[in-house]
Amino acid sequence: MSGPRASIDAWQGAILALLLAVLCAFIVYPVGRVLWISLSDDQSNLTLLHFANFFRRPLFRDALWNTLWSGFLVVLFSALFALPLAYVLARYEFRGKLLLQTAATLPLVIPPFVGAVALQLILGRSGMVNLLLMQGFGVSIPFMEGLAGVVLVQTLHFFPFIMLNTVVSLANIDSSLEEAAQNLGCHGLRLFRRVTLPLMLPGFIAGSLLTFIRAIDDLGTPLMLNYKNLLAPQAYLRITTIGMDDVDGYVVCVVLVVLSLAALLAARKYLSLAEYATVQRAAPITEKLQGATSALVWLVIVIVLGISLLPHIGIAVLSFAKVWSFTLLPETYTLGHYHEILFRVPHFVINTLIYTLLAAAIDIVLGATIAYLLLRTRLPGRNLLDAIATLPLAIPGVVLAVGYLRVFHGWDFPGAGGPLTSSWMILVIAYTMRRLPYTVRACYAALQQVHLALEESAQNLGANRWRTFVKITLPMITGGLIAGGLIAFITSCVELASTIMLVPRIELGPISYGIYLYMQSPLGRGAGAALGVVAILLVSAGTYLTHRVFGGRAGSAFRI
Amino acid sequence: MKKGILLIGALWFMFVGNAIAKDVVIVTSFPKELFETYKKTFEAKHPGVNVVVNSKQTNAGVTYLRETRAKPEADIFWVSAPDAFQTLDSDGLLEKYAPPKEIMAKIPAKIGNFPIHDPEGKYFGFAISGYGLMWNKNYLKAHKLPAPKEWTDLTDPRYYNHLVISAPSRSGTTHLTIETILQAYGWDKGWALLLNSGGNMGSITERSFGVPEAVISGQYGIGVVIDFFGLSAIASGQPVEFAYPSLTSVVPASVGIVKGGPNPQEARMFVDYLLSEAGQTVLFAPEIARLPVIPELYAKAPKDYPNPFKRKLGGVEFNDQLSSSRRDVVNSLYDHIITYRHRELRDAWKAVYGAEAALGKSKSPQAAQGRNLAAEARKLLTQAPISDKRAADKEVTGAFRSKSGLKSQLETEWENFARGNYGKAKELAEKALAAAR
Repeated sequence: MSGPRASIDAWQGAILALLLAVLCAFIVYPVGRVLWISLSDDQSNLTLLHFANFFRRPLFRDALWNTLWSGFLVVLFSALFALPLAYVLARYEFRGKLLLQTAATLPLVIPPFVGAVALQLILGRSGMVNLLLMQGFGVSIPFMEGLAGVVLVQTLHFFPFIMLNTVVSLANIDSSLEEAAQNLGCHGLRLFRRVTLPLMLPGFIAGSLLTFIRAIDDLGTPLMLNYKNLLAPQAYLRITTIGMDDVDGYVVCVVLVVLSLAALLAARKYLSLAEYATVQRAAPITEKLQGATSALVWLVIVIVLGISLLPHIGIAVLSFAKVWSFTLLPETYTLGHYHEILFRVPHFVINTLIYTLLAAAIDIVLGATIAYLLLRTRLPGRNLLDAIATLPLAIPGVVLAVGYLRVFHGWDFPGAGGPLTSSWMILVIAYTMRRLPYTVRACYAALQQVHLALEESAQNLGANRWRTFVKITLPMITGGLIAGGLIAFITSCVELASTIMLVPRIELGPISYGIYLYMQSPLGRGAGAALGVVAILLVSAGTYLTHRVFGGRAGSAFRI
Repeated sequence: MKKGILLIGALWFMFVGNAIAKDVVIVTSFPKELFETYKKTFEAKHPGVNVVVNSKQTNAGVTYLRETRAKPEADIFWVSAPDAFQTLDSDGLLEKYAPPKEIMAKIPAKIGNFPIHDPEGKYFGFAISGYGLMWNKNYLKAHKLPAPKEWTDLTDPRYYNHLVISAPSRSGTTHLTIETILQAYGWDKGWALLLNSGGNMGSITERSFGVPEAVISGQYGIGVVIDFFGLSAIASGQPVEFAYPSLTSVVPASVGIVKGGPNPQEARMFVDYLLSEAGQTVLFAPEIARLPVIPELYAKAPKDYPNPFKRKLGGVEFNDQLSSSRRDVVNSLYDHIITYRHRELRDAWKAVYGAEAALGKSKSPQAAQGRNLAAEARKLLTQAPISDKRAADKEVTGAFRSKSGLKSQLETEWENFARGNYGKAKELAEKALAAAR
């Protein structure tokens, strides 16, 4: 092996070791501390008794089944929403596309628990639709009751995960492949089924996977809808009610973690089987919209977005409502809620920006580095790194937060001026770790589609690895980085599970915490909703700007 | 790059460097309106002291103080449920304190038979709370339902699917309400009432505020709440009403000083302020609407304000030691036979109501037999799986504080008991209905 190459490998090894150390300190160790509880008895001996008990109890068996079933339903319905939108976004050029791209990511912006409140106002027992039905026909439809309500809210919240990932895959399909098929006489549905579908499958499966895992880990929605026979609420209720000593809570957590991991591994395997890297990057295939197609496309857009933006409409109306009780629309309106959150307590908004942007920036750096180490090196230990970086997907926010409280409380962290748990930095760390898998995944997917041959030819022409990375690889994956960072940013903005447990003091709380606080007080629903509207505006402005900046180049943020 | 470092440095200073002013750190389950108002008035009175609020739901707050006992970060624990203070005290997490005499002289020792302050000076009652029912006037009118008066009204079949309560394991105040009912009617009758009203609940919420929210927004008609949820909603112009049932307990919401907290001096100042006349008057604010512990203050109260020292409120001598000792058991029992089996329980009650209504009008020769079946179904639906002696037994209460297998075993037993009974009751009710035809 030549000199420079060996030194680069040493560098890579050092970076890998450093990353491993950081991830172990902030992911493996805290969670390990927590999980140990589920495997030990009063005398700290190893025992499997708690797990045996889990499967003996009808409640937990029900919860397990409900979790799997609802996760499946959410993926199914999300796909129905996401696929038409993804296809339109990737394949057609039309005016207002930018607006549509922004609007289609809006469902991610609204915290699911706020969405639940808003949807209650529209589809709930005494919501607009049911009030109209009762007045007109004397019947009501229980949209929001039980598991159906949970699936509805989660579908509306999570479908952009499938959409964003599918768009990326679709946009990356080399047009020559489809053209070749067309030249050979393959058209329409057959073209889609035999060529386009297999090529977009990796993105679609990655998105479905994220959706499934997020749905089964989601805590806010079932809690707000008072549906408790699911694993995530069972874990949360047990740990926060009976306390940290409740073993069953930890056992439920472990089962959740195992489920998520299994889903993840299965799909990873599938993804690695279907390697559709594209050698040549041609211009993306897009058509100008016109005539009947245009009308059809717009119909799809209006229907899909109309339904998915219902919670936003509910929240917007609520933010102006003063008295809204058992009537179609509020009886009296006020601007007071906005005065409250913009002038009296503006810190929620400011904190959110600081925490989430920092977390997203750190995530991009970590994510790109990890993805590069995974795909382009053969270092021993990279699979371990991959496993650990993916782990947060399978760790409920509550568990991570409890782990942090256990590990970092009570000793002064160097440079933090006190224990890490009494500083705002703990939130940035939690967000960074919680969202790291998204950026890693996004960077990995982006890098996977850059064929090795491109880098090899650069190296053949004399560029070293760093130069190749900076000059060839990085520009090609920038869109993926931005997409990953964006997802980290948006989802951190609405992260609640770990936030509730980790916010050291109210002045340091972000928007999601503010909304939760307001929603807890008898008269704060309106102010909470106003805060929700601000969150929606802020993040959609961010999303729109990203589209603007990267839309000018060959690919937009989501179309590498 | 340099700019970035400067910026991060500045942020660092902003967040880490502001610890120079004196703080008093408060863990509370109270709504924002309440602690914000106190923060403002206290800081105005004591410039230089900064009130830092850490908002946690009662049980989560207890858990938090236990978890952080090695190095407490909070100075004050401030919630409604007196048994939460009992729990903390038995863990040795509360500091003893004697507020100045001139403050304590104005506050009576007891409300009804319940001591307002802890006799040992570990926590102090600062507001009186009663428990009752609130309802949405528009909702009841639209569904043609009467307003409820007593706890027993909650078992009325007409209210099926119109009621809402929060799970006692999630809400300290609901737990007190449940205990009040159990102590007022006795264990067996009490659980019969809870199971029957549980079958009428449209929803069992996870947060105590979920109940007033559901009633205010008209999702459900009637909710089981602590008085200030009802009173403050009325004060803000919502179309709701509130009433105390004749059998209720009146219990003080309290404040206590955390042992070994970082700011003991400021903590004492805060307790003094809360109990002083100035601090007590704040409770009358419409968005707070709580009942002060100084009887003479009620002369300055808004019109129609309930005065717990004059009006006969109560009728139940609340035994808080009993309540505290069996708290985990009662909460877990409620969850395992009602909250987590809510669907089965509701279905069974619906079947029973259906059968009873049909039997009432029935002239079928088998009607008598049907009535027996319905009565049997009712009996199955109103039984608790554990006696009150056993529920307060040291072995059982202890099981909820350790990792022993007994807790899991009990919970599994309760679950199977509930599922079995509800299933059987539904079958019986269906047979009874068939007999009516």
